[in-house]
Amino acid sequence: MPQMNMVQAINDALRLELKRDPRVVLLGEDIGKVGGVFRVTQDLYKEFGADRVIDTPLSEGGIIGAAIGMALYGLRPVPEIQFSDFIFPAFDQIVSELAKFRYRSGGEFPAKMVIRTPVGGGIRGGHYHSQSPEAYFIHTPGLKVVCPSNPYDAKGLLLAALRDDDPVMFFEPKRVYRAARSEVPEGDYTVPLSQAKVVRPGQHVTVLAWGAMLYEAIEAANQAAAQGVDTEVIDLRTLWPVDIDTIVASVKKTGRVVVVHEAPKTCGFGAELIALINEKAFLHLEAPPVRVTGYDTPFPYTLEMDYLPLAGRILPALIETARY
Amino acid sequence: MQTQFVLDDVVTVLGPDGVADPATDPKLPGETAVKLFKHMLFTRLLDERLVLLQRQGRIGFHIGSLGEEACILGPAAALGDDDWIWPCYREFGALLLRGMPLQTYLDNMYGNANDAVKGRQMPDHYSGRPYKFGSVSSPIGTQITQAVGFSWAAKMKGDPSVSLVFFGEGATSSSEFHNGMNFAGVYKTPTVFLCRNNGWAISVPAANQTASQTFAQKAFAYGMTAVRADGNDLLAMIKVTRDAIERGRRGEGPTLIEAITHRLSGHSTSDDPKAYRNEAEMAAERAKDPMPRMRAYVVAQGLWDDTQEKAWTEQVDGEIKRAVEAAEKAPAPALHTMFEDVYATQPWHLAEQQAEAERAPRPAGHGGGGGGH
Ligand SMILES: Cc1ncc(C[n+]2csc(CCOP(=O)(O)OP(=O)(O)O)c2C)c(N)n1
Ligand SMILES: [Mg+2]
Repeated sequence: MPQMNMVQAINDALRLELKRDPRVVLLGEDIGKVGGVFRVTQDLYKEFGADRVIDTPLSEGGIIGAAIGMALYGLRPVPEIQFSDFIFPAFDQIVSELAKFRYRSGGEFPAKMVIRTPVGGGIRGGHYHSQSPEAYFIHTPGLKVVCPSNPYDAKGLLLAALRDDDPVMFFEPKRVYRAARSEVPEGDYTVPLSQAKVVRPGQHVTVLAWGAMLYEAIEAANQAAAQGVDTEVIDLRTLWPVDIDTIVASVKKTGRVVVVHEAPKTCGFGAELIALINEKAFLHLEAPPVRVTGYDTPFPYTLEMDYLPLAGRILPALIETARY
Repeated sequence: MQTQFVLDDVVTVLGPDGVADPATDPKLPGETAVKLFKHMLFTRLLDERLVLLQRQGRIGFHIGSLGEEACILGPAAALGDDDWIWPCYREFGALLLRGMPLQTYLDNMYGNANDAVKGRQMPDHYSGRPYKFGSVSSPIGTQITQAVGFSWAAKMKGDPSVSLVFFGEGATSSSEFHNGMNFAGVYKTPTVFLCRNNGWAISVPAANQTASQTFAQKAFAYGMTAVRADGNDLLAMIKVTRDAIERGRRGEGPTLIEAITHRLSGHSTSDDPKAYRNEAEMAAERAKDPMPRMRAYVVAQGLWDDTQEKAWTEQVDGEIKRAVEAAEKAPAPALHTMFEDVYATQPWHLAEQQAEAERAPRPAGHGGGGGGH
C-alpha cells in the first residue's frame, strides 16, 4: 500500500471522483495551473482540463453562489476556499442559501456540494490564516461538517462526503497536511460519515478531539499514562452530525471527559459536546467536563503556541479530571 | 465593442530614457524628486533584505513590492499631510514614506514586544494611525468599503481630507470592491481607488478576473472618473493621483486609477512563481522596472550620480542591519498582551483565561516557515 501525506490522499480522492463521476467539478482560487496554494489539486488541471478544474475570479461569494447554481443544475461542485479564514465573504451563500435549499424548497432543490477548506493554526499564519470556524457551520442546520486527522481518513471521508446527498463542509487541518504520512489504499474506499474512532482505548478519562489537535491529545494521553492515568482518545472525524453513541458509550465507561479544540472556547463545538454529554450521560459523570481550547481572543501570531491547546495544556486537564 | 467605455489612454510622463513629457510632468522640485528616488531605492533594498531574512528563517513571511514601487510611492507622495492611506499589504514603502520609523516596521516583521500591534498579526500586517495609514487585514478587499466610509465621514464633517485606498486587480472581483465603488459613486465621497494591476492574483492572471478590457472602465458603471496610468512611472503616478485628490477635495467625487505595473517577484515568500510563469515574460517585465527609469530622470536632471548612489546604498544597508539586530534582540510580547484589546476593558472570562494561561506550561517557540499567503 502506498504511503501518502494528507495532501496526496485528498488529491487522490479528488482524482478518483473526477474520473468516476462526470458531475464533479472543482472550482476555486489558484486551484488550476498551480494546483492550489497547498498543492492539494496538483496536476488535476492538466489531467481534467480547465472546464472541470476551474481557476475562478477572487470572490468566495461568487465561488459558492455559482457552485450552488451548478449543484441545482445537477453537477457535484467541489469548491475550495483557499483558507477557511476567507470563507466569510461566502457566509451568506452558505448559511442563508446552501444550508436551507432542500428545506425551503420542500425538497425540490437539494444543493449538493463539498466545500473543501484548510483549517487551523500552528503554521505562523496569524489572525487570518489560522482560524477554526467549524462551530458557525455546525450551528447551521442543513450542513454536515467533517474534519479528518490523517491521510487514510481524509481520502475515505472525502469520498464518502462526495457521495453523500447533503452539503458537506470539509475542513482540512493544514498543520497535518504534510506532517503525517500513513498507508492509503490506491483504489476506491470510503470512511463513513458520522462515525468517530477510538484511537486509544482507556479506562479513566475520555478525551474528544479532531484534526491537528488529535495528535496533541494522544501525546498528552501518553504522558498521562506515565502518571497512571489511562486515557481513551476519540477522534470525532465527523463533527456534525456527531457520532453520539461512541461518545456516550465512552463517557459512561470513564465518567470523565475532556474536550480539545483550537477554536475559541465560547460557543465552540466543545460547548455543544458537553451539553450533549450532560443530557445523555449526566448520571454517569464523576467529574465536571472540561474544555481545553483556544482562548477567546483573535488567533495570535507570535504567541500562537501559547494559544493552541497543545499537549502541555491538555495533560494537567487529564490528570485533574481523572483524579477529581 | 463600444470604445467610449474603454480607456485606451495610459498616462505616462517618463520615457525609458528618463525624459519627462512636458505636457503631463508634475514638475517636482529637484529636492522632492531626489527624496522620492532615494526612498524608492531604500524600499527596494529593504524588500530584498526581507526576502533574504525569510529564506534564512529569521522572519516568518514577507510580501513585497518589487517592481511596484512607483505605483505605491507615487500616490503616497501625492497626498497632503491630512489625507489618509487605506492599505492592501504591499505598501510598506508608503508607510515608511509617511514617517513610520524603520525600526517600528521591522519590529512588526519580527512580531516582537516592541511591535506596535504586539506581535498579534503576521509580518507586513502593520497599523499606522500616527501616519494616517490604516491597519492591514489579510481578507481581500475589506479596506475598500472602509476607505469609502472614512472619506464619507470626513465629507460630512466638512474635513477636507481625502482617502486613498490601495488594492490589487484581483480585489476588483471581491464584493467589497463593488460595494465600495457604488457607495462612493452615490455619495460622491472624496476617495481615490488605487488599483495596482500587477497582472496577477497569486497564480491567477488578470484576464481570469474580468472580461472587461480594462479595470479602469469599471468606474463608468459606478458613475465615477476613471484613469489608467503607467504604474511603473513614478511621475505619472504622482500626476494622476494629484488630479484625483484635487477632484475629491473640490467635491467632484471619487476616481478609480488603474496603475499598470508588474510583480517582479513571487506573490509572497510563500509562493513559487516558476509553477505558473515563464522566464521570457518575466524578463520582459524586469526591463520595465520603475527604478532605473526614475534613476535616469534624476541623473538626467543632474540631481544624482553613482557616488551618491553608492553612499546612499551603504547608509541604507547599515540602517537596515542595525534595525534588524535590534528587532532580533527584542523579546517576544508578554503573554498578557494576548488578552488585551479584545475589548476596551477586559471582561471576567478573559481575566480568567489570562490567569489560566499564566499558570500553563509555556511551549517551545515556533520556528521557521511562514504559513500565510
Ligand atoms: C477574501 C480572500 N480570499 C483569498 C485570499 C488569498 N489571497 C491573498 S492575496 C490573493 C491575491 C490578490 O491579488 P491582487 O488583488 O491582484 O493583489 P496583489 O497580490 O497582486 O497585489 C489571494 C487570493 C485572501 N487574502 N482573502
Ligand atoms: Mg494583482
